[in-house]
Amino acid sequence: MIAEIVISALLVLGGLFGLVGSFGLLKLNDPMKRLHGPTKATTVGVGATLVASVLYFKLVQGLVTWQELLIVVFLFITSPVTALFLAKAHLHRNMKPSDLPPTGTARGWATFDGDPGDRDARHL
Amino acid sequence: MMTYALLFAIGCFGIALLMNLWVVLRAPGLPDKVLAADTMVINIIALIVLHGLLTGSGVNFEAAMLFAMTGFVSTVAFSKFMLRGNIIE
Repeated sequence: MIAEIVISALLVLGGLFGLVGSFGLLKLNDPMKRLHGPTKATTVGVGATLVASVLYFKLVQGLVTWQELLIVVFLFITSPVTALFLAKAHLHRNMKPSDLPPTGTARGWATFDGDPGDRDARHL
Repeated sequence: MMTYALLFAIGCFGIALLMNLWVVLRAPGLPDKVLAADTMVINIIALIVLHGLLTGSGVNFEAAMLFAMTGFVSTVAFSKFMLRGNIIE
């Protein structure tokens, strides 16, 4: 009974977070704001759903399944990388270098400067 | 009780998938469309896992794993293309 309550709560939580994430993607007005919904809320929603699946197979059916935990770890690692790449693509396409604050180092914003490693390779 | 929670979660992720499809079709810029496609992949992973819960079988988890990997790789490839105009330089 307690297992069912916990699994149901996780499922409802996951569904709500998934819905909120996609609604944020649809409704927010700025591309940088729109990155927040899918990369945070949807990740938590899918994570709660997968943990509910792990608990269901362990507590109700008595099977130990590890694949869901692997998927959770993979999603939690990859979603910040996705967000970083899309933010860089947005900066590259929609903003000018003069719009951005200074970096405070000798090198400018990497999105506009090109690949420094490449330049070194050409000198060698 | 768990059946109702399961149906609720499936409905939520289904509506989320429809919203993502709307963004893919009508978004103003290319990064938004790529982000919406990536979110569609994540929501589909959730739907696959929920289908596994509904039928009580664990055969679909490898499919969900493959979806996670190919979704991430395709999003990175799209972003690389938007940044550099090329994927493998």
